[in-house]
Amino acid sequence: MSEKEVKSLEEIFEARIARDEKIEPKDWMPEKYRKTHIRQISQHAHSEIVGMLPEGNWITRAPSLRRKAALLAKVQDEAGHGLYLYAACETLGVSRDELYEQLHTGKAKYSSIFNYPTVTWADMGAIGWLVDGAAIINQVPLCNTSFGPYARAMVRVCKEESFHQRQGYEIMLTLCKGTPEQKEMAQDALNRWWWPSLMMLGPTDAESVHTEQSMKWKLKRKTNDELRQQFIDQTVPQADILGLTIPDPDLKWNEETGHYDFGEIDWDEFWQVVKGHGPCNKERMKARVDAWENGAWVRDAAMAYAEKQEGKKLKDVG
Amino acid sequence: MTKKNWPLWEVFVRSKNGLEHRHFGSLHAADAEMALENARDVYTRRNEGVSIWVVESKHITASNPEDNGELFEPAQDKVYRHPTFYDLPDEVKHM
Repeated sequence: MSEKEVKSLEEIFEARIARDEKIEPKDWMPEKYRKTHIRQISQHAHSEIVGMLPEGNWITRAPSLRRKAALLAKVQDEAGHGLYLYAACETLGVSRDELYEQLHTGKAKYSSIFNYPTVTWADMGAIGWLVDGAAIINQVPLCNTSFGPYARAMVRVCKEESFHQRQGYEIMLTLCKGTPEQKEMAQDALNRWWWPSLMMLGPTDAESVHTEQSMKWKLKRKTNDELRQQFIDQTVPQADILGLTIPDPDLKWNEETGHYDFGEIDWDEFWQVVKGHGPCNKERMKARVDAWENGAWVRDAAMAYAEKQEGKKLKDVG
Repeated sequence: MTKKNWPLWEVFVRSKNGLEHRHFGSLHAADAEMALENARDVYTRRNEGVSIWVVESKHITASNPEDNGELFEPAQDKVYRHPTFYDLPDEVKHM
């Protein structure tokens, strides 16, 4: 294709997106659109898969059968969300194996929040309430994104995510109504998860390199700072109901703007964790790679069995 | 041993009797039986279906968007296929 032809195809393509038309896998698309989508969708999928690890840590120690069943169902949902997203990503012509390879070698990123440890049961409450709460804010606009398979996967994910946040908030509520020690545990979890949750919504707009292009492709409909403000505005009153204090001395309702003002985010910490120096980066990747490698013989055996059955069928026919 | 990956399957789910099977998504599985079991876990955790079809993706032949012109445009100028093309007097009822 000549440069001129590509240029005119690009114009038609951008116009389709501007008209809110969806792009499907076999449609022509600019190489940059394909690459950006592979990067974002796979990052999202990896986050779901790695996100199972901090919570998996507490399944065997959940305080009641009710809590255990709910946590198990939530972690299973996350596996499901990862699978929807990997499948959407594969429609762009990348294989599942390549995607795993990128995760396991550290070439692909996942959400930095999952590199923090889950040290008490209250962390299960704080994760559901804050981390899933922030995730929902991020994900709801993606239900309208331009790439069909991604949008469809997000619709399914969003439908399921609401239970995750509610079960987390219920855990917090129960702890806050419990003994002083239990309430203290809930406060401690909020103290540790608050700032990483704010960071989870991404670097500030000034630092975010992909925002402009992503807005055009509807991969983003609001900027990171807008999403963060929305998260803070809706979460602070929820903390009030719990009777917990947000660990930010500068947090204050601003009558003029109709939003909460908040303190400085420690972006050095964020970049440290992104670059692999968070408290649990190594542990998470080791658990993930071990699970994949130790499962290799099962995958091979299942394949060998399937091939043998197929061979038998062919012989019967012959 | 050369590495063999589980093939890709497309999943179709009937959400309730009376409705058609609809494409829900895809997944990897070693064989059809496993594809069905995985489809049940991945796509019907909340009563989304009463029946599942799985078909290996490589068996699906799809039209190419580049051919959309010759495939679908010929239908556009055949307005006589629609009931409103025909002029009838208002007195004619139930037609």
